[in-house]
Amino acid sequence: MPESKLDLLQGTLDLMVLQTLAAMGRLHGYGIARRIEQVSGDAVLLNQGTIYASLVRLQQRGWISAEWGTSTNNRKAKFYSITRRGRKQLSEDAAYWQRLADVMGRVLALPEGSNNK
Amino acid sequence: MTDQLRRFFHRVRSFFRHAEQDRDLDAEMSAHLELAIEENLERGLSALEARRQALVRFGGQQQSRESHREARGLPLLETLLQDLRFALRMLRKSPGFTAIAVLTLALGIGANTALFSLINGVLLNPLPFPNANRIAVMFQDKPNFPKGSISYPNFLDWRQDNRCFESIAGYRGADGTIRGVGEPEEVRAQRVSATFFSILGVQPILGRSFTDEEDRRGANPTVILSEGLWKRKFGSDQNILGKAVNVGGAARTVIGVVPMSFRLNVQNFRTADLYEPIGQDEDEKFHRRDSFWGTNAIGVLKPGVTFAQAREDMKRVNSGLATTYPDIDADIKANLIPLKEEIVGEIRPVLLVLFGAVGFVLLIACVNVANLLLARSTGRRREFSIRVALGAGQAQILRQLLTESVVLALLGGALGLILANWGTSAALAAVPRSVPRAEDIGLDPRVLLFTLVVSVGVGILFGLVPALKISGVDVGASLKDAGRAISMYRSRTQAVFVVGEMAMALVLLIGAGLMIRTLAYLWGRNPGFDPHNVLSFGIDPPPSLAAQSPDAIRAELRELHRVIRSTPGVEHISLHWGAHPMQGDDEVGFWPEGQPQPARQADYASTLEYVIEPGYLQTMGIPLLRGRFISDADDERSERVAVIDNSFAQKYFPGRDPIGKRVMIFDFDADSSERTWIAFTIVGVVGHVNQFGLADDAIQPLQAQMYRSLMQGSDLFTKNAAQGLTVFVRFHSSLSPQAFFETIRSALLAHNGQIIASGNESEEEIVAHSIASQRFSMVLLGVFAALALLLASVGIYGVLSYLVGQRRQEIGVRMALGAKGVDVLRLVLGDGARMTLIGIGIGVVVALILTRSMASMLYGVAPGDPLTFAIVALFLSGVALLACYIPARRASRVDPVVALRYE
Repeated sequence: MPESKLDLLQGTLDLMVLQTLAAMGRLHGYGIARRIEQVSGDAVLLNQGTIYASLVRLQQRGWISAEWGTSTNNRKAKFYSITRRGRKQLSEDAAYWQRLADVMGRVLALPEGSNNK
Repeated sequence: MTDQLRRFFHRVRSFFRHAEQDRDLDAEMSAHLELAIEENLERGLSALEARRQALVRFGGQQQSRESHREARGLPLLETLLQDLRFALRMLRKSPGFTAIAVLTLALGIGANTALFSLINGVLLNPLPFPNANRIAVMFQDKPNFPKGSISYPNFLDWRQDNRCFESIAGYRGADGTIRGVGEPEEVRAQRVSATFFSILGVQPILGRSFTDEEDRRGANPTVILSEGLWKRKFGSDQNILGKAVNVGGAARTVIGVVPMSFRLNVQNFRTADLYEPIGQDEDEKFHRRDSFWGTNAIGVLKPGVTFAQAREDMKRVNSGLATTYPDIDADIKANLIPLKEEIVGEIRPVLLVLFGAVGFVLLIACVNVANLLLARSTGRRREFSIRVALGAGQAQILRQLLTESVVLALLGGALGLILANWGTSAALAAVPRSVPRAEDIGLDPRVLLFTLVVSVGVGILFGLVPALKISGVDVGASLKDAGRAISMYRSRTQAVFVVGEMAMALVLLIGAGLMIRTLAYLWGRNPGFDPHNVLSFGIDPPPSLAAQSPDAIRAELRELHRVIRSTPGVEHISLHWGAHPMQGDDEVGFWPEGQPQPARQADYASTLEYVIEPGYLQTMGIPLLRGRFISDADDERSERVAVIDNSFAQKYFPGRDPIGKRVMIFDFDADSSERTWIAFTIVGVVGHVNQFGLADDAIQPLQAQMYRSLMQGSDLFTKNAAQGLTVFVRFHSSLSPQAFFETIRSALLAHNGQIIASGNESEEEIVAHSIASQRFSMVLLGVFAALALLLASVGIYGVLSYLVGQRRQEIGVRMALGAKGVDVLRLVLGDGARMTLIGIGIGVVVALILTRSMASMLYGVAPGDPLTFAIVALFLSGVALLACYIPARRASRVDPVVALRYE
């Protein structure tokens, strides 16, 4: 089972976090981590703790903001939301990933031995 | 880009809010876990399982913290600080090692910093004049004096005819007696041209410089004061301008004050207390083209003009003068020397040699510390093995070790800076007048930067070899056997280090040895007179004396002689005028009677001229070789006589008896100021006196010396003498020379309150100053060599002790198998001797090459002097073997039972 999980490429986690916040609005760290796991159908190899390095990185770039608040079940937690600059960045990065994925898809679709005479 | 900047800003902020952010993260993480546990509980898991799964899903908490810190802060800086903290902890844990290493490095770095601060202050820092690199010091190149004075009319023609100088200014010493303000005293005075201060870019702090109108005969007498004199003598009087001051017996109007920051020291010019316009000099002789009286000059080149172009231009000017005045200026030549060259040219090679030498001291210090680190690394191998086993990379360990060595070096550098600051002033004080621009030497930012760079560089240098060895250690092997086996490779490194140290120490010792032999040679050289217990000083009779008749002047001079002679403790005395051994030159033209009078001025023979009284011979302890010295009978009424030295006799009367021969000596007629030639009969021959210093006398072309009687001077000469003379006194007193001078001074003041006696110096000091730069080199090279010897001895001692410790078991086995203590002693000493001898062999070759650069500093000994080499090599071998003997003896006393049991 472990080998079937996807190892995350550098930078992909940041993009996932941004997209999650854009889709879901204000969320705490645990919520973001859970959401990514659920969406990926538990296919992503994610130690939930690694999300915090990504969060601080995004925060320092000014793409997300954070504040302490209270969860639905009355727990103190730090909530993150995407900023306007973050949305802009997200659309750029998403477009980039989309293109990359398309190209990769086409390259990998080449039938084997097609270059043989 | 702004994105990167913002992120960096946040990172810096995070770096400083480390603890706060850690707390924040911890709170966030525990909230995370609680949320997860809660959800798991809702899914129906047991409390234990809910918690376990939450923790598993979260992953390594410490790793999360680390990656969070890395993402938010400045990981490089944090690692560095961590390494630093660890390094300091390690160094604190072994204070003995740290102290020795820091002290060793402090000596090495300190010595280098001290020398660099000399080089920085003297050679590197620009001169404090805005146009310094366009300023030339100008001399007239004469047969006996490449840096001779320029006759004033020639100087004026140079100034007018040249096309390459913006401006030329003359300068010359002057009578600096001040009367009428407090006690009469003599201060340093210079005559200068109107443009002198503007060439040097010196702005008066009060008033103005001289004008061209003031700079000629008959102009209104004016004077410029130095800020120092103005403060001291005139109480910083803000209204000093326009006031009259009695200088040299004449009233002069103060027109300006120049700042204390103005300092210049070149031939015949030292920063003075007051300045007069040179053109106002009333002395007729000064204004004659054929005069031996002259001026020195500085000039500032027009922008873009090179020294080579200026020299060509001056050739053109001089060929014009040679055509116009064929009898006087036939071969006239100008000698232009860049100002900086004139000031520091002589000391430059000395400083560079010393800098090279001090570099060796630092290398030896490095090798010693590297050896210490190597020895210590044995004890730390387990520590590093464990760290490697726990996942530290080789690079991390290397970084940690280099951090430790750089920290050591920086500590050494800081201590070295203190030593350097102290050592520089000590060295300069030990040998005064040895280094020009001494006032410019100090710790400035460039020196601090030098020390920092050297410290870091040195830290990497001596840390690298041990660090590479340790960080490359085989984990399994050293964990297993706890570093008991000796790595052959490592002890070979140490042996190479010791050989290198010995070689470098030998080079330094030979350098010092050569300087010591130079000094021994110079000190042992007979200066031609006996400077012990001889004092010289200047006296300025009251200005009214010069206005009296020659007979009255002579009567007063005899009276002064009597007053000084009767001071208790005075054994011999002579009033004196003219050349002063090792202090001031004075030459006069002559031709031997019976030969045709030369047609051109340049063709006259020259001799140094000493105008003295009969007591001079005994005062100075000069040996009489033939005939007689000048006596009291040789006075104004008797035939004029002269005494010459043996150089004079050999040059102008080779193989003949000079006694009874006559020479025609140049003089001026008192009434017409026309040139005259006066016949003097030679009555005696005395020994040659080192006029130009212990080191340089032999290389000077002017060797002939002539003495004549003060009482037989022409009337014009007698008037000149009435304005100031020198006195030589041989004394026998328990008082210090200074205190003794004061007793003479009070006796003179009691005789006449207007007499000024000043400028006293003992002849011993004057002789010592003549070899100040050699003494300075010897002192510094001696200190460096002593340091090198000490460090190298400690080095070989340390390495042998270490090896003996390592070979304890082997020695134990040997002794158990029957080896005697003597055999072991021989074994260990043999190791030491081998390293020493190889080192000395290499050192001799290196020294043969390097000491050639010292050739210009050496006297009476060749750079490759075999005797010095042999003595130094023997000495170093002896010291090294002594250093080896202690560990060797310890080895020979190893108890086999104890050694074999020892783990």
